Amino acid sequence: MSFAPINKIIDFSTVDGPGCRTSIFVQACNIHCLYCHNPETQKLCFNCGKCVDFCPAGALSFGEGHKVVWDEEKCERCDTCINVCPSKASPKVKALSAEEVMGRIEKNLPFVRGITVSGGECSLYPDFLEELFMLAKKQGLTTLLDSNGMVDFESLSDLMNVVDGVMLDIKSWDSDVYQRLTGFDNVIVKKNLSYLSRIDKIEELRIVYVPGYVDAERCLEGIKETIGEKVESTRLKLITFRHNGVRSPLSNHPSPSPEEMSALKDYALKLDFKNIVIR
Amino acid sequence: MTDAEKTYIKRNTVNEQTIYDALTSTKRTYEQKVLDLAHCAENQLNVIPLDERTIYYFSTGAINDLFEGHAPYRPRYVMVDFERFMKQGSKFLRINPPKTFDEAIFALMSLYHHIPSITNFPVYLGNLDYLLDPFIGELSDEEVKTKTRLFLNFLDRTIDDSFCHANIGPKETRMGRLLLETEAELDNVVPNLTIKYNSQETSDEFMKLAIMTSLKCSNPALCNDDVNKDYYEGGYGVSSCYNILPIRGGAYTLTRVTLTRLADETSDVESFINDVLPECLSCVAKYENERIKFFVEKSGFLESSFLVKEGLIDKDRFVPMFGVTGLAECVNSLLKDKGLQYGRDSEADDLGNRIMDKIQEVVSSFHAEYTPLTNYHFMLHAQVGLDSDKGITSGVRIPVGDEPESFADHLRHSARYHKYFPAGVGDIFPIASNVTQNPDALLDVAKGAFSAGVHYMSFYSADTDLVRITGYLVKRSEMAKYFEGQAVVQQTTALGAENYKTNKLQNRKVRME
Ligand code: SF4
Ligand code: SF4
Repeated sequence: MSFAPINKIIDFSTVDGPGCRTSIFVQACNIHCLYCHNPETQKLCFNCGKCVDFCPAGALSFGEGHKVVWDEEKCERCDTCINVCPSKASPKVKALSAEEVMGRIEKNLPFVRGITVSGGECSLYPDFLEELFMLAKKQGLTTLLDSNGMVDFESLSDLMNVVDGVMLDIKSWDSDVYQRLTGFDNVIVKKNLSYLSRIDKIEELRIVYVPGYVDAERCLEGIKETIGEKVESTRLKLITFRHNGVRSPLSNHPSPSPEEMSALKDYALKLDFKNIVIR
Repeated sequence: MTDAEKTYIKRNTVNEQTIYDALTSTKRTYEQKVLDLAHCAENQLNVIPLDERTIYYFSTGAINDLFEGHAPYRPRYVMVDFERFMKQGSKFLRINPPKTFDEAIFALMSLYHHIPSITNFPVYLGNLDYLLDPFIGELSDEEVKTKTRLFLNFLDRTIDDSFCHANIGPKETRMGRLLLETEAELDNVVPNLTIKYNSQETSDEFMKLAIMTSLKCSNPALCNDDVNKDYYEGGYGVSSCYNILPIRGGAYTLTRVTLTRLADETSDVESFINDVLPECLSCVAKYENERIKFFVEKSGFLESSFLVKEGLIDKDRFVPMFGVTGLAECVNSLLKDKGLQYGRDSEADDLGNRIMDKIQEVVSSFHAEYTPLTNYHFMLHAQVGLDSDKGITSGVRIPVGDEPESFADHLRHSARYHKYFPAGVGDIFPIASNVTQNPDALLDVAKGAFSAGVHYMSFYSADTDLVRITGYLVKRSEMAKYFEGQAVVQQTTALGAENYKTNKLQNRKVRME
């Protein structure tokens, strides 16, 4: 039985892939993007206890083994805990087994067509995902991953057998740019792009556009060089950077204008992308 | 007779003052006044015998005949066989069978004018897509839309009542698509539209267009054709506030039992179910039968109406609707000692089912006069409400504010109670506006809901001007005018505004956020 730390489950999501889906957000990420909207999902709690002192509702306490426990009933959803945490973590995370998560998903049948696991970074929990997706497949649900592509999917072939598609963040193409944005190198992302394209499991490619920080045009070219004519059938999502929730040097950075977004779209059209959405 | 009963009788007696008030009102348009004065005239008659227990239940509000008037001289709802009319025209109206799109629209507009109903306006306009599609011929999309726009605007501006209803589907047609596209541009409250969804016949694309339209202008509502199509031999239509009724017939009458008020009779569950409920139900049945008898035997309608003579309606295809409303408060009041809530606690929902099972059993044991189509049975209908209803939740719905957190739970709850109502039932859900970016998501929900047993549902976007009240639509902007004391075109604006305020409809739980 595999567990994953779950930050949140949205029963009826309309923004995490085709149709109505249940979205599961795992906790912890292997990179830290400057533009992350929910930085409190990046780290696992190390039980320092700071939030316990600050919680105005008495919803946090120390439980067994000096672990911070969250009382969902008492919680007033004020987010004080997240704001005081020294570590970009959250105490409102529960370790759930694949069966437990599936139990929650089953309540949403027959109204959802599938599930999407997002994060944090889902690929940190391949065993959990494999179990969960096997259970979901039994119910006829489609299974999607929303991933930064920093874990080599080719090495996770059992998981890939039960994944219907990956919504892959490209973020940037030049490795220096990627480094500056996330703190890491993007060789694996490029390998995943090529691999997922080969096995036809790209659900969507995403670029968050921050002018001056993201080499978006180069990204589009790089994708075209990698997946070739499949750009025509691949869904491309160009996301407008917004600074809400961002805690980094970008926290006051302006959003690109609608004109800049549509210029980017025009460039993608020139490269033969056909299915493009701007968000 | 008790004082309450005397007051009830007195309140319902027309005197000179009632007539004078109706005639001099500043809140009603001229046409609305004419209608009010006709009601005054009708209500001076005393032709429906009432026994003492019935009067008692009327006085407590447990029985309500929804302002049907004291002497039924037309059926409550008329469902004309428009298909037949398009083939044969009308001798009485001197209309030949139409050959072109313009003629078809002219024919329909002429006929609509002559269809009676309780509101004096047609409550059913036919399956407009199927009726008009054969006449599109060589016309371009733009030409069809221009004509359709004028047609729809004519209906909106002349039919002063949004209980009026047209149907679409289940099959996709070019006219169906163009009708939805035109509707989306208009923001009209009349007519209401319902799309019949059939899992075998309705395409996903057509349904998505319908859903996108409903997020834009709160129409059409969605009807589960798979479950509704078999209630009446010879076809059904959806009219007014979610009435499922036989085509070429309609409803004689509709009286409702208001369970909210009936539960005031006793706090004991067993005596409610075994004594109070059956007695009150039998009063409703007797009262409806008296109304049907007067209408059929005395009113002269069936003898004089050209609709009957020309086979556009058939006296054997009318049914009495047996209304039920306020199940939620009834359950909550019977369980108030335990503090359990309908829609939230399973014991409360189980009691809801017990009450509905009993109603179904008792009502099906009654003989309904002149109703061969249903083998002389009354048809249960979840009545959506009146503007005067305070603290009475429509039909079997969950009260605003008590909705379960989970949309899935809410939909399953609906399904659990919809099955009792062949003559119509429905739920209304405000939907987060960002769903327009992913209509497939709402399609999944609708299909899921129908497969789970929901009979009928409607959506509106949480931030649109057009809000659904109980079933009909009202514009927020028009309600504002009404509250300022100005006269407004649609009668339903007044009804809706009051209902919106008293039942706090702005607090309905928004789904898919
Ligand atoms: S959000 Fe955090 S700080 Fe606020 S009540 Fe809940 S647990 Fe306590
Ligand atoms: S959530 Fe953050 S502040 Fe709270 S105990 Fe964990 S690490 Fe400390």
